[in-house]
Amino acid sequence: MSDPSGRPRGILAAAGYLPYRRLDLGTIGAVAGGGGGKGWRTVASYDEDATTMGVEAARLALREVPGVVPDTVRFATVAPPYLDRTNATAIHAALRLPRSSAAYDDLGSVRSAMGALRAAMAEPGGSLVVAADVRTGLAGGPDEAAFGDGAAAVVVGDAAGAPVLAEPLSWASVTEEFVDRWRAPGEIRSRLWEERFGELRYGPLGAEALASALKQAGLTVEEVDHLVVTGTHARAVRSVAARSGVAPERLAGDLGASVGNTGAAHPFLLLASVLERAQPDQVVVLLVLADGAEAVVLRTTPALCGRAPARPLCSQLAAGAPVPYGKYLSWRGVLPVEPPRRPEPARTSSPAAARSTEWKFGFVGSEDADGAIHLPPSPLDPLAHPMAEAVGTVTTFTVDRLSYSPSPPTVFAVVDFEGGGRLPLELTDVDAESVAIGDLVEMTFRRLSTADGIHNYFWKARPVRGGGS
Amino acid sequence: MASHGVRDKVAIVGMGCTRFGEHFDKGLDELLLEATDEALASAGVARDDVDAFWLGTAQSGMSGLLLSRPLHLVGKPVTRVENFCASGAESFRQAAYAVASGAYDLAMAVGAEKLKDSGYQGANAAPVPTDGTNRTLTAAAMYSMIVPAYAARYGLRVEQVKEVCARIAAKNHRNGARNPRAQFRKEMSVEQLLAMPKVAGELSVFDCAGVGDGAATAVVVRAEDAHRYTDRPLFVKALSFVAGNGDGLTDPGYDYTTFPEIVQCAEDAYAQAGITDPRHQLAMAEVHDCFTPTELVLMEDLGFCERGTAWKEVLAGTFELEGELPVNPDGGLKSFGHPVGASGLRMMFEAWLQLRGEAPEGRRIAVVGSRDMALTHNLGGYPGEMVSFISVLGASPG
Repeated sequence: MSDPSGRPRGILAAAGYLPYRRLDLGTIGAVAGGGGGKGWRTVASYDEDATTMGVEAARLALREVPGVVPDTVRFATVAPPYLDRTNATAIHAALRLPRSSAAYDDLGSVRSAMGALRAAMAEPGGSLVVAADVRTGLAGGPDEAAFGDGAAAVVVGDAAGAPVLAEPLSWASVTEEFVDRWRAPGEIRSRLWEERFGELRYGPLGAEALASALKQAGLTVEEVDHLVVTGTHARAVRSVAARSGVAPERLAGDLGASVGNTGAAHPFLLLASVLERAQPDQVVVLLVLADGAEAVVLRTTPALCGRAPARPLCSQLAAGAPVPYGKYLSWRGVLPVEPPRRPEPARTSSPAAARSTEWKFGFVGSEDADGAIHLPPSPLDPLAHPMAEAVGTVTTFTVDRLSYSPSPPTVFAVVDFEGGGRLPLELTDVDAESVAIGDLVEMTFRRLSTADGIHNYFWKARPVRGGGS
Repeated sequence: MASHGVRDKVAIVGMGCTRFGEHFDKGLDELLLEATDEALASAGVARDDVDAFWLGTAQSGMSGLLLSRPLHLVGKPVTRVENFCASGAESFRQAAYAVASGAYDLAMAVGAEKLKDSGYQGANAAPVPTDGTNRTLTAAAMYSMIVPAYAARYGLRVEQVKEVCARIAAKNHRNGARNPRAQFRKEMSVEQLLAMPKVAGELSVFDCAGVGDGAATAVVVRAEDAHRYTDRPLFVKALSFVAGNGDGLTDPGYDYTTFPEIVQCAEDAYAQAGITDPRHQLAMAEVHDCFTPTELVLMEDLGFCERGTAWKEVLAGTFELEGELPVNPDGGLKSFGHPVGASGLRMMFEAWLQLRGEAPEGRRIAVVGSRDMALTHNLGGYPGEMVSFISVLGASPG
């Protein structure tokens, strides 16, 4: 595939984002009376949603290709923070993309992520495809244990701004209407038909899509170096992979025991993971079983050699920390807990937020004539000063057990940024006991609160933890 | 341009102050009537003799009608002012300048707050529509950052600073126990205070000001008219006010061990009053001890002792009732309570009682010879972004 410029078109960057918190599935049974299991799942913090995690994944992907400015952002999720209005615009704003870049949602189904990627590969210019999900199920149920929260982003374009890491060779799509997994809008759980039904439907669909895509690419299963299979039906995914004809050692893992299935984000998350370990000139096939099957065949390029992912998934996997099951349930709103007896936050003023998009979403301060940095920006200053990628140091901090928070206590730190600027900021992804003066922190895009259905997005600071810059 | 002040041009000739506390059985109207009636009686004037009114309240209502309605004032200029927790002090400034200018002969400053109708503990400002990026930290948490910062700057352990804070709280509880108008009248030992659970940083609820309802008032006239109303007026020696610009919050040079607005405000006040050695020229001080570490820092910012020595002075008892310079002899915000808009005038009320020898015997300070001036200090805001007010009041005319 190539665009009108004649330059090869393909994947320029891919990155996954795993939230910091992990649930030990072994702790579920004692509370829920059953369920859970072995291993862990990732858990979006109380201040994260699909949009904020999508921003984090997109930041990591774009950090790898600083020369690329996407013309289009596509955002896929089963758990959109908003309906009726676009969610991708918040991602667009947080990334400070030009006004002329378009932002679109692809909402509601796991499969929509593949549709977004396919559209990105077919359209001209640079495209950023983001998928993120907060995956919920009823307490003690199989989905709760099998799911995970996370995000992934893929940058697609021609080689003008950055070298192509993987070039798509073919795409096959098979569509079929049958109801084996469904969720009514607004529900926190999905429902499933008897498992065998879906397994028997997906078997042939997966095989058909895989065969079709390989045939278009002029390849055989023996030539596949990495087969990624994922989808909405765990048993079907396993059996399609097992019967694919691809040798077992060439089947990519599904992160099932450490992350869980992250829904719309999972195809990209697994693709990002494969691209972190693939060698140049290898054939990677991504096969997604969801209401049919989607198969894309990619060939990696020599550019993989010099690649330095901003924050590899393996390091993010190692950096997590546990969250108690009760807190997990309260974060998802399943277990209402007594809030601090303080007034809840008022809704964010839309006009005020619209006036300060650069600050609120982009974390852009200002610089005066003497080089001093002001956060928030001063209207007296001549220069904008982007701060989202700045690292800071905790100068002093406090633990506030009185203020309103969806998950008290609030940890606040006075942060001095390298290169100038100071701001008192809320810390996140920390345990109050572990914070110390001198800690290094970085910025992360979060949802502070929600009032009247309006989500208040802004930045918090979190400790810098291994896993690259 | 200069800050000239109104030294010895204005006198307080009457004051009133309600008991502060949880007045679930009284509304703002009743509190306003009680405090104004007491002040009018002490000045020997009637409501209608007052030419102009200023009402300071942070969040209990809007406009001068808040006062003119319950007092049934007819055809009077009544203005509501607001300046965070210094709203009461602000009303006093306006009234004092009004008589000093000759615009009015007799003016009344009123400070009042009704906090206990909100349904929440603590003070909660009315929400202003914003972009949602403003800090959500409580005042307690903001001021709690002083403790580790002060310890680090002066090579102390955090536990030492906590003990100093407990000493400050114990002093103010002791003084408040001797004050029938105070919200909290129970003495607390340092050991009891140190055993309290933390609510914000190292601070416990007992490091925080009491939150209650109340009102306080002052009647002011030009100094030359003062003796028409009372034999023992208090003369205004200095009125100083500084509003910071919030720089401290974002200035990497700010270290949370001082309040620059207050240093500037004190400099201006002492210049106006002709004070060069506050520790030895003042008979007493009422300071804004919204949190115990605030009082610690204020001792240095107000020049009562050298930088880095306030903790030692606290431990040495310098600011106790019997100490070299009694601070918050009425119990301060800590024990008297902090109905936000009333506090600035409540502090002056204590100066009114003490300098006139009317304070209850249990907490009466020694006002000797020429040492007959009191300082009141009222602030609003947070470390790094605050407003500061200082008055110096004296029993003798210049």
